[in-house]
Amino acid sequence: MSIENLKVNDPFADDVGDTQPKNYVHIRIQQRNGRKTLTTVQGLSKEYSPKALLKAFKKEYACNGTIIQDKDMGEVIQLQGDHRTKVMDFLTDKGSDKMGKYALAKENIKIHGF
Amino acid sequence: MAETEETPVFDPSLKKKPRKSVAFEAENGDEVNGAGKDNAEPQGLETGEGGEGKESEEGTAEMFKGKKKKKPKKADGDDEAPGEVAEFDPTALKRKKKKKPSKEKAEGDSFDAALAEAGVVPRGEGEEGAEDAEPALPEDTGDLLLGTGVWNAASTVDLTYPLLLTRFFTLLRSQHPDLAGDGRRSYKIPPPQVLREGNKKTIFANISDICKRMKRFDEHVTQFLFAELGTSGSVDGSKRLVIRGKFQQKQLENVLRRYILEYVTCRTCKSPDTDLKKGENRLFFVTCNSCGSRRSVAAIKTGFQATVGKRRRQQT
Repeated sequence: MSIENLKVNDPFADDVGDTQPKNYVHIRIQQRNGRKTLTTVQGLSKEYSPKALLKAFKKEYACNGTIIQDKDMGEVIQLQGDHRTKVMDFLTDKGSDKMGKYALAKENIKIHGF
Repeated sequence: MAETEETPVFDPSLKKKPRKSVAFEAENGDEVNGAGKDNAEPQGLETGEGGEGKESEEGTAEMFKGKKKKKPKKADGDDEAPGEVAEFDPTALKRKKKKKPSKEKAEGDSFDAALAEAGVVPRGEGEEGAEDAEPALPEDTGDLLLGTGVWNAASTVDLTYPLLLTRFFTLLRSQHPDLAGDGRRSYKIPPPQVLREGNKKTIFANISDICKRMKRFDEHVTQFLFAELGTSGSVDGSKRLVIRGKFQQKQLENVLRRYILEYVTCRTCKSPDTDLKKGENRLFFVTCNSCGSRRSVAAIKTGFQATVGKRRRQQT
């Protein structure tokens, strides 16, 4: 038996605000001299190996890059050139040759810059 | 400077709902109509757009009266229309008069006045015949804005409610875009004026103007810009922002758009009429002035900054 009034109803179901900060992956761009740029990927959770990702990125975009140990931000992947949207696509791609089942949700990625 | 001139006003919400806000012919026509009514027939009912067909005329006329009243005031030297009305329609019924200005206006806008004058009389006569036959015509004959065809006061077609409703909203949208729709008006701020200083610096000239429009502090916007663009800069003597790096107007526009989305618009009612205040414990709160909602916004974080330019001395 069920009582109509006591159905489970989440009062915060339609809460739009993102009150507690999610663990966003930030993809940023920085201008260097001339038309050269750097792309940084920051905030990847510990489950992901930055080394493996960097290797994949480097191969995919034919660019160089490094992993930077930052005091506050942890490990940051830095790539040469503007690969923001491509990195985003890569990280959300569920294809078997990309992220597979470890693909990130689009909401967890923030692209910064212009 | 030069590059900013092509887009007069940049509308951050443009991508969501493109809307044409000007319907000049309709406006013009209304004025003509209003003038005609005033001179020829002061006691007359609303013409053209007000007359939603005979049956519903009383009701809708009431509805439109408010905005009707402004129109005749605006109508200036539109003497040709009243002249015509008076000339060829001195004894006709009210109804007939109504129809004619609207008809004449429909065509007269595109042709010269002289052409219209010559053409109006036969057209008026012909219209009479056409109107008798009109009930057979499909519903969407006639211009919604000009009040011709089915919409003519003299027309005897039975107008369905949805039909009237569409007309109402078409008119409302074209003449009073701010009243129509979902309550949120399009939010417009001037486009950023971007100049290049030397080779490596960009000047954002009208930042204080934009900030004033958004009711945000310059510092906050500046901080956001620098954090997003991953660069630094300063404010020069005339309150312009000097950003290091080359940026185009479009790029800054994108960043501003993101700023507005994040820190200006209310999440609940989408209104841009909000205040940013520093609440207790160093959090920023956005308070909406139209719906009263209050939400906290994330502080601006710069995040990781790679060292660009000359290598810093390696600290051990």
